[in-house]
Amino acid sequence: MAQKVLMKGNEAIAEAAISCGCRHYFGYPITPQTEIAAYMAKRMPKIGGTFLQAESEIAAINMVIGAASAGVRVMTSSSSPGISLKGEGISYMAGCDLPALIVNVQRGGPGLGGIQPSQSDYFQATRGGGHGDYHLLVLAPASVQEMAALTVRGFDLADKYRIPCMLLADGTMGQMMEPVLLEESTGEKTEKPWALTGTGMKRKHNIINSLSLTPDELERWNLDRYRRYAEIEKNEVAYEEYLCDDADVVTVGFGISARVAKNAVKAARAEGIKAGMFRPITLWPFPKEALLARAATAREFISVELSMGQMIEDVELAIKCTRPVTLCSRVGGMIPSPAEVLAAIRAADARIKGGI
Amino acid sequence: MRDFFEYSRGIPLPVPRKRVTLFCGHYGSGKSTVALGWTELLRRKYPGDRTALADLDIVNPYFRTRDSEELIRSMGAELITSEYASTNVDLPAMPQSAYRITEDRELRVVIDVGGDDRGALALGRYSPALLCEGDFDMLAVVNSFRPLTSTAADAAEVLREISGACGLPVTGIVNCANLGSETTADDVLRGLEVARETADIFGVPVVFTAARPEVCRELLGRVPAGHPLLPLEYTISHGGVANGG
Repeated sequence: MAQKVLMKGNEAIAEAAISCGCRHYFGYPITPQTEIAAYMAKRMPKIGGTFLQAESEIAAINMVIGAASAGVRVMTSSSSPGISLKGEGISYMAGCDLPALIVNVQRGGPGLGGIQPSQSDYFQATRGGGHGDYHLLVLAPASVQEMAALTVRGFDLADKYRIPCMLLADGTMGQMMEPVLLEESTGEKTEKPWALTGTGMKRKHNIINSLSLTPDELERWNLDRYRRYAEIEKNEVAYEEYLCDDADVVTVGFGISARVAKNAVKAARAEGIKAGMFRPITLWPFPKEALLARAATAREFISVELSMGQMIEDVELAIKCTRPVTLCSRVGGMIPSPAEVLAAIRAADARIKGGI
Repeated sequence: MRDFFEYSRGIPLPVPRKRVTLFCGHYGSGKSTVALGWTELLRRKYPGDRTALADLDIVNPYFRTRDSEELIRSMGAELITSEYASTNVDLPAMPQSAYRITEDRELRVVIDVGGDDRGALALGRYSPALLCEGDFDMLAVVNSFRPLTSTAADAAEVLREISGACGLPVTGIVNCANLGSETTADDVLRGLEVARETADIFGVPVVFTAARPEVCRELLGRVPAGHPLLPLEYTISHGGVANGG
């Protein structure tokens, strides 16, 4: 498909996954990501792939573990409550060093919450969610085009580092429609000598397991894994900056929040306020160094979120609390308007000019 | 928002033929926007008649006609929609007042049908009454820029599923080829070919082409003489923010 098409974010994820060689999808429907499953149900049988609606989210993530162990590109998708159910399996995948793409199209919580968009699974995605010392590589798209691009990137990085990768979107990203250009099969090929593909009596059998019988061995596994995490932190940080060079006030937001913040920054600039927007594209690894560099010139930061204030902690940690960071957020499925963010920018600008 | 007469000046508008007009099609093809445009057209053409827009899309809880409630009221039309639309109640429910579609025969009705065969299934409850009355058009909205309906054969497959689920025949095709705000006249003309092929499969006409008013104006002289154009002034977005930039 070399020409532009009009797609929902959810559909773009599904088509992009297929384009880079994913032929196995296991999931369970939940608003607002059901279109991913519906799209896979239509497309997979036509290309010899497997779409399977599991009996639950827990079953689906365990099927992902099986397929990933066999070395194929595999994905699952869900929304917040469903991701909680997958938590145990995700921890097992981290412990087994299994690559796969896990999509979370977030909705309001906690509990069953609501079906409208939210970003309140930030801690769950970046801090764990499951048990044990581990990270997911977390990517945050802010357009339908990026839903497709980061899906492919997610598969590539998962394979490269043997790590489960999470695409952290939200209800607006999943449901909105935008023109998108789908690239032909852009995925990178990574050899998987560790996969369970059968020995053919030619090699020693592979073992994929997260259980270690001795503490020193388990410690070694953890240390090895964290050396890979350090590589990811060194090589794979991604972010976007908009008018940050001379900005006194820098808004920080990912996904839909970044788009709202960008509109507010444009409005602030029209009023003569030096505002900018910083958008982390990788939430783990968080772009700590780039944000710290901004703190050399910026006077205040505003964390724009659809949560009660989760990413704000990473902003404060990144800049080592050298500048004030305030929160501008709505929750429960509500989205801050550009006017609300603009008001926060004006307030920060007034504090700076007032020398407070 | 601009006045209908202003933005539709010089554009050959479609002529409503029946009391009830149903718009069906693959989700995301532009049904809801076309239904809004059609409602406005009815209000302008028949200002003395009562008109209602019925949102029978019971599947997708996100983009609902309910979000356009104020717009519909400002047109002087009524809205028939689920009591649970635009809430957190993720429940496929039919509106109580849907009975009026078939029972109130003085009412002009525009129906926004669900986006696939599941969405259209609930409409089947009203199909016998609509067929008995025989005063309806079932117009299938086709957008050739949607990947699952980019060819006439694929579009026809989806439309047969919808038609089969609700038990109503497709009586006409609407060309709504679009790439959102990036749509050009060339895009719409390319889509018209797919719409024609789809129409041939069903043995029905392409009833009109729907596009932004500016694009409609560019299409004048480029579409066959007499091919009606429905100018669409609206965009449907989530909370008015998501598609804003």
